[in-house]
Amino acid sequence: MTAIVGSPNAPARIVFISTLLLLIVTGLYLPQFFSARYLLQQLHTAAFLGIVAAGAMLVILLGHIDLSVPWTMTVAATFSTAFVSAMGNGGIGELGVVLGLGIGAAMGLINGLGVAVLRIPSMIWTLAVDTIARGICVYYTGQYIVKSQPDSLMLWAGQGKLFDSVSMTVVLWGAISLIITVLLRRTLFGRYIYPVGTNETAAYLSGLPTRRVVVAAFVASGMCSALAGLTLAGYANQAYQNMGEPYLLPGIAAVVLGGTSIDGGRGRYSGTVAGVLLITLVGSILSVLQVPEAIRQIIYGLIILAMLSFYSRR
Amino acid sequence: MNAIRNGFASHAPAWGAWVVLLLLLVGYFAVHPRGLTIDSASIWSNQVTALAFVAIGQAIVVFTRGLDLSIGAILALTNCLASTLVSGTPLEIAFGVAAVIGAGAACGLINGFVVVFGRIQAIIATIATGAVFTGIALLIRPIPGGSVDEGLSDILTYDIFHLVPSSLVLLAIVTMIVWSPIRCGLLGRTIIAAGSHVQSAYMSGLPVHRARIVAFVLAGIFASFGGLFLGLQTLSGDANSGIPYTLNSIAAVVLGGVPLSGGAGSVLGVFAGAAIIRTLGGLLFFTGISPLAQPFIQGAILGIAVAASALRLLRTRNQLEVFR
Amino acid sequence: MDENAYLTLNGVSKEYGGIAALKDVNFEARRGSIHAILGENGAGKSTLIKTLAGVVRADKGTIRLDGQMLAFRSPAEATAAGIVTIFQELSVVPHLTVAENICLVDPPRSRFGLIDRRAQRRRAAKALAAIGCEPIDPDRRCLDLPLPKRQIVEIAKAVALDPKVLILDEATSALTETDVRHVLEFLLRLKRSGTTILYISHRMREIQEIADRCSVFRNGEHIATFDAGTRSEDDIVRMMIGRPIAQIYPPKPQRSRCGDPLLRVRDLCWESRLRNIHFDLRAGEIVGLGGLDGQGQRELLLALFGVLRGTTGTISIAGEKKAPSGPGRAKWAPYHIALIPEDRKTEGLFLDLSIAENLAIGNIEHLTRGGFIDADAEAAMTQRLMQDLQIKAPKLAQPVSTLSGGNQQKVVIAKWLAISPRILLLLDPTRGIDVGTKQQIYALFRRLAAEGMAILYYSTDYDELIGLCDEVHVLYQGRIAATLAADAMTESAILAAAMGNANVGVCKRSAA
Repeated sequence: MTAIVGSPNAPARIVFISTLLLLIVTGLYLPQFFSARYLLQQLHTAAFLGIVAAGAMLVILLGHIDLSVPWTMTVAATFSTAFVSAMGNGGIGELGVVLGLGIGAAMGLINGLGVAVLRIPSMIWTLAVDTIARGICVYYTGQYIVKSQPDSLMLWAGQGKLFDSVSMTVVLWGAISLIITVLLRRTLFGRYIYPVGTNETAAYLSGLPTRRVVVAAFVASGMCSALAGLTLAGYANQAYQNMGEPYLLPGIAAVVLGGTSIDGGRGRYSGTVAGVLLITLVGSILSVLQVPEAIRQIIYGLIILAMLSFYSRR
Repeated sequence: MNAIRNGFASHAPAWGAWVVLLLLLVGYFAVHPRGLTIDSASIWSNQVTALAFVAIGQAIVVFTRGLDLSIGAILALTNCLASTLVSGTPLEIAFGVAAVIGAGAACGLINGFVVVFGRIQAIIATIATGAVFTGIALLIRPIPGGSVDEGLSDILTYDIFHLVPSSLVLLAIVTMIVWSPIRCGLLGRTIIAAGSHVQSAYMSGLPVHRARIVAFVLAGIFASFGGLFLGLQTLSGDANSGIPYTLNSIAAVVLGGVPLSGGAGSVLGVFAGAAIIRTLGGLLFFTGISPLAQPFIQGAILGIAVAASALRLLRTRNQLEVFR
Repeated sequence: MDENAYLTLNGVSKEYGGIAALKDVNFEARRGSIHAILGENGAGKSTLIKTLAGVVRADKGTIRLDGQMLAFRSPAEATAAGIVTIFQELSVVPHLTVAENICLVDPPRSRFGLIDRRAQRRRAAKALAAIGCEPIDPDRRCLDLPLPKRQIVEIAKAVALDPKVLILDEATSALTETDVRHVLEFLLRLKRSGTTILYISHRMREIQEIADRCSVFRNGEHIATFDAGTRSEDDIVRMMIGRPIAQIYPPKPQRSRCGDPLLRVRDLCWESRLRNIHFDLRAGEIVGLGGLDGQGQRELLLALFGVLRGTTGTISIAGEKKAPSGPGRAKWAPYHIALIPEDRKTEGLFLDLSIAENLAIGNIEHLTRGGFIDADAEAAMTQRLMQDLQIKAPKLAQPVSTLSGGNQQKVVIAKWLAISPRILLLLDPTRGIDVGTKQQIYALFRRLAAEGMAILYYSTDYDELIGLCDEVHVLYQGRIAATLAADAMTESAILAAAMGNANVGVCKRSAA
């Protein structure tokens, strides 16, 4: 038991096991859960949250938080689909994707500079940025009649399937996961992020480029949010207001459930993936059982509390 | 004299917030179609009160270097409870109010226990408890509705002797009865010490655990007054009403000059912070600026205000200082 | 058993993870006396103090005060029993005022149970006046006070509790010389009024002045207790470290003064903390920075490392005319400067990370291949560093927080040695480290100097400066008050310069 519980991989293992157990138990009562089609559907739903959580994790590893996820997603999706629609059939729709990712990177840069250079607490600065982004979006979509048309790339990412079964969104999530894993384990950035997250003073005095690390993490988070937004717009065939809202708190919860400390400096990406799967699975079980929203919220909260109190006992 | 000078220096950010608020108020009542009358003042005050309650509650937790992300949910829960219980005979109304405040305190107690004894960081713990409280609010009132006694509403949303808005008086009285005694006692000192340097507080033997729990309980109580007041305004309960309050309360706390790292600040500054947010909204409304632009302007002003206050820190010549 | 004994410890033992910090300690202190406790770091003094202060509980043994058995589970209970401890790390709450800190836990109350601020101010002023130092405004926030004043507040806070036993753990380390005087006189007054005082310090002069009895601890054991003045300083030191002092410091080489300096500082000024600093640093030298706490030594080293902005004057290093713009630049060409910071736990180490990660982080940029980290090269380097510095740890993957203080400091030094620095800056590196490790570190520095490194060494320990350094610059109020070398480097000379007495022998260098 200690071997499972004591190591840094423990939270990820615990969550994976819990998810598996949950799946098995539910599958006994509702056999349709075990169908490949259903499981792949779950993966598809999880992928959107997974892409957001990947970026969120980098920021949380630094002991910061990115509250601008919802409207970064929405702004990126809105403006890129508007651009694509404005380009019409003759234009290069892929530029819309570039625009969307660029917006994500720009917002991440603003976040990062405010936190790293101006030393504004990330909670309040990303909140301000989120509010401004919302303001821009509301003004723009209110002032102009905006037609939202996703580009073919986005459509493919959101709705396409590989080998006719695995959704492209999942493939995209897998690609992002691979990048993040390599980033954290095998690159300098990955070696910098944990020290900066656990003790920024010592990191500075050890000669680490602390500001660059912080800015890079926020840019990555912004781009992940934008990517999730574009993919979601591809899936829904349009960008829509409030599309980002359901991804903020669950994204943070998934990261923390996976064992990443909210204070920073500790956490494995496999845990984040596990956390995303657990949250998605719980969400869809409750949905299939037609549990009312009220009970869903309560169960969601209790699960997080239970897991975290278990982690803090370690 | 020294005490005044020292007090001024440490409360400078709060003074700044009041200056900004007064400027905004001048603008607000200048463009208001009815100008500065007791009625327009009461309406203004009513808009501020609920957020002010929540912001003060949040500030108390922030003093301990914590954060309560469930405070909006507590407001929603107590709001729904009020829409169920605060009606009927005067005795039933009194009981209802007591139950609402008690519920808020209970929510705060749960938060306190989870954070202190569960040893879970406040940010994520209160995200989780917030979900639970929202769920309970939805159980109480799945669809917005219910009713709140109109007589009580009239008393607390108009004015007293046409001189001062009742809601301001309510705010002042509640703060003085609930917060001031604690502020001026050992618990208040421990609350500040826990945020300032928790290690020293422990070593000196201050009751740190108790203080942190009490801070959450007080936040719950203030949030419940916010929820009650919201019910008096809308005469109904809505389980989703809390969502904007949590984040706005953090903004109000920061605008009011309270550092998120804890240890310093005053609730007077926080009131100004909350009032700035609401007055700004009203000002934009009355100046006829397109409602579409208002969220942007509010966000931009919050961003500028926060960035401006951060620039003060940048003047430091020793780069190690920024990490402290 | 001493019939005058007031505070008695019997058979007190405490283990930390298999290592005995206190072994079966029997100890007595009399009422109304000042009892000095001597011993090197790691000797068990701090564990003893923490046990008496209620911060830790002994595994075995009893503590008695005036015959009554005591068992406390928290600092609050120890204080309630009458044992008040002043720690080296201040327990002052920065955002509260002086008066609030002095009356922190049991402030005077008014009728309604609220804190009576006026009575509080009076009590604080009384405690401060009793100590007799320069007056401090009770309404100032401690945040705004300099460190020496905060230490006085800490002492006043303990005094205000009217203790039966007052324990001072290096409580005068940050005080100015005049304030030290006042505090010592105050302690004598306190003793005469019947308080038992335990005084831990490594400043022999202070102990000689006020102590009645002395106890020596070594390796967790109580070695001896004797009346003050009955043993020579050499005897005491021998009891403390178990071997003659001469062997601690490595032999110093004959100095040759040829060769260009690696570092040239001219007219360096910063704020009001550094004033016209002027010196050279040559390869192969170990140069010490001495003087009282807070005279600019830290700021000088930080300025050289690039942490301070707005410095004026010239700092010439390897052809550059300015200091590096930050540690990130100072590490590499052309500077190659390393800084060992003062507080290893908060500034030098990443406690949650493994030993291997801590060792590698200094030079990780050079362990990449094609943009990715070369795990083999990294493992080889960390192994080499462990061996070179003789760091004792069963597994490299364990968190660095599990190491002893000495080994932790070695990790910090090793991390920096990995970049092969040319200039090594050290901020009191052997504070809180046991003698054995200190010896190893001194030998290491001498070896590095012999290989061409220039070392600038700030220490608060005069013995260390004299024993280790080739020359010492004594700073006073931001200036170099005196530069002492060879025979001129004596404790009295350093002390005199540290107090601003400029008539001390200057720059007497030994012949080439």
